[in-house]
Amino acid sequence: MSKKSYREAIREAIAGEMRRDPRVIVMGEDNAGGAGAPGENDAWGGVLGVTKGLQPEFGADRVLDTPITESAFIGAAAGAAATGLRPVAELMFVDFMGVCFDQIFNQAAKFRYMFGGKAVTPLVIRTMYGAGFRAASQHSQCLYPIFTHIPGLKVVLPSSAYEAKGLMIEAIRDDDPVIFFEHKLMYDDTGDVPDESYTIPFGEANITREGKDATVVAFGRMVSFANQVADELKREGVGVTVIDPRTTSPLDTETILDSVAETGRLVVVDESHPRCSMAADIARLVAEEAFSDLKAPIKTVTAPHTPVPFSPALEDIYIPTPAKVRDAVLAVTRGRAR
Amino acid sequence: MSDIQPIVMPKWGLAMEEGALTSWLVESGSEIAKGQEIAEIETSKLANVFESPASGTLRRLVAKEGDVLPVGALLAVLAPPAVSDADIDSFVAGFVVEAPADAEAAGAPVERKLERGGRTLVFKAAGLQNEATPVVLIHGFGGDSDNWLFNIDELAKSRPVYAVDLPGHGKSSKTLATGDLGELAQAVADLIDEVGAGKVHLVGHSLGGAVAFQILRDRPERVASVAGIAPIGLGDRVNADFVEGFIAAQKRKDVKAALELLLSDPDLVSSQMIEGVLRFKRIEGAKEALRAIADRNLPAGRQTASFRDLVEQDRVPVMIVRGERDTILDPAAAQGLPSSVEVVRVENAGHMPHMEAASTVNSKLAGHFDAADRR
Repeated sequence: MSKKSYREAIREAIAGEMRRDPRVIVMGEDNAGGAGAPGENDAWGGVLGVTKGLQPEFGADRVLDTPITESAFIGAAAGAAATGLRPVAELMFVDFMGVCFDQIFNQAAKFRYMFGGKAVTPLVIRTMYGAGFRAASQHSQCLYPIFTHIPGLKVVLPSSAYEAKGLMIEAIRDDDPVIFFEHKLMYDDTGDVPDESYTIPFGEANITREGKDATVVAFGRMVSFANQVADELKREGVGVTVIDPRTTSPLDTETILDSVAETGRLVVVDESHPRCSMAADIARLVAEEAFSDLKAPIKTVTAPHTPVPFSPALEDIYIPTPAKVRDAVLAVTRGRAR
Repeated sequence: MSDIQPIVMPKWGLAMEEGALTSWLVESGSEIAKGQEIAEIETSKLANVFESPASGTLRRLVAKEGDVLPVGALLAVLAPPAVSDADIDSFVAGFVVEAPADAEAAGAPVERKLERGGRTLVFKAAGLQNEATPVVLIHGFGGDSDNWLFNIDELAKSRPVYAVDLPGHGKSSKTLATGDLGELAQAVADLIDEVGAGKVHLVGHSLGGAVAFQILRDRPERVASVAGIAPIGLGDRVNADFVEGFIAAQKRKDVKAALELLLSDPDLVSSQMIEGVLRFKRIEGAKEALRAIADRNLPAGRQTASFRDLVEQDRVPVMIVRGERDTILDPAAAQGLPSSVEVVRVENAGHMPHMEAASTVNSKLAGHFDAADRR
């Protein structure tokens, strides 16, 4: 066991699976890093260096640089998955996914269904999401709700380095297409990550804090904000349970409903826009299934319904913060019976 | 002023940085004894009762219920009635939380590794500055060296202490040859050789107790004494619901149900404990290792090993500790042992008396080691 970064944890998971299974390949823009150009091998390892080191170990046949044509290489990856390989394709920023929606939504997500279960599509699409990188509205979105909406896709949002490694290995071994969301501000976050191989099952939430007064469901980077608030409020006598669903599809509804049954109060923290978001989805779930458990109206903490601003001052206001999470928890717990 | 003794936030395990004082179990002004339960403390990993490290008159409760305080922070003040309130006020005002010292220099546990035949055995070492006969702590089925977090620091005050992660467990390699007691005992014997100890006091919990007895049988020349805490090897049965439930459990709920069987107070099972067990069980090979060990040693609710004859031979001092509320192994199994064996019964403990009544068990162990050294 040692301290590793989120970036190293993901790389270690991919490298371990490539050693274990020759069908696992990596492809994407700059993943090999100028392979083929003399003196330039492994120059980048993807735009933020996650796949650095893979090309020298596994060679140009298994670590491929692709043209800047997402529609082509995501389609190729879906086809490779359907015909026997287990590709891990990097689609740099999730904001660019629009050009290959047909390949993902209509092909990869549907193969198993359309071919009566006779086809499987063990495809992993790694992609960066999230604001705070000063990268403006076309490189900063949190589009996981869109993928969660599509039956046939699995959607993963690792909230720490430990989670990233176990969920990535699970993603590569899964026989369905998995969209793996990496928050670009988390790559240097470190934590205890076992050297050994391990998998974290999809659809099983983690409870990262326990308290009796309110339930906070948070996604991806927002989990650390929720934990921070729970630790703060514990000192002030407010007990907060924090649930990290780990995957938005499948979603562990049972853990959320069980917790709301205990606390009677719900806050959902989601970095995406408020409409048709995970926040809206979880609020719908609890309103429909657990209305009688609720002691206060549900609160959501999300970004606003606007593009991500390029102005640093505006971007900082745009992103949910621990202070906003704290205010929401205090709003739902105000006047509670002690 | 020197009569004033501070009671500070304890450090339970390597990772603990702060704890929440959930409730006081004693009142200001009362006389308290060392080992008495005085407060409930909760960390991000666990909740437990805090047993007083000293005896005296409790003059001041400094920490309030609900306070979250760093390790080493002042919780309460003990002082004889003769000490004035003003002196206590100035003691409290002048109290400074000591910065955490360099762990190894302070004798706190450090992690070490031992490579044998391509496999790694990981163990914690503490108290290495001490000269006395060392202690080796051997956890039970599905556990790891962290099971001793309430014991290791206390025992390491006077002796070197080694707490092993058995093969297939914790951070040690998950590959096993057979998973039988001989293999587990050999790994612990390798550790004893590695650290250069002539003789050691063995402390084994549950399956670890059987491992300790096996070492006594195979290599009696290396054993100064054995303490079995709810040890396997004295009775016939084991709770198969626990063994099979623990192996099969993949979800939080199932792990929780299994862990609740271990403790007399199921409320002590926290989400962090559950996630800790899941983190172990997710590692490749862990489940297979548990299966192999259970098949060899705990099949279908039975204990395959019997060490009654060995214990009756009185080769070395033997102490047995049993929680009266143990639902994993019948506490009655410790009956009918010869008078040479000291049997300690802990009333309010389940299968984990070394965690549930740590202070009692620590002082019994210390007395047992001292008596064995004199023999």
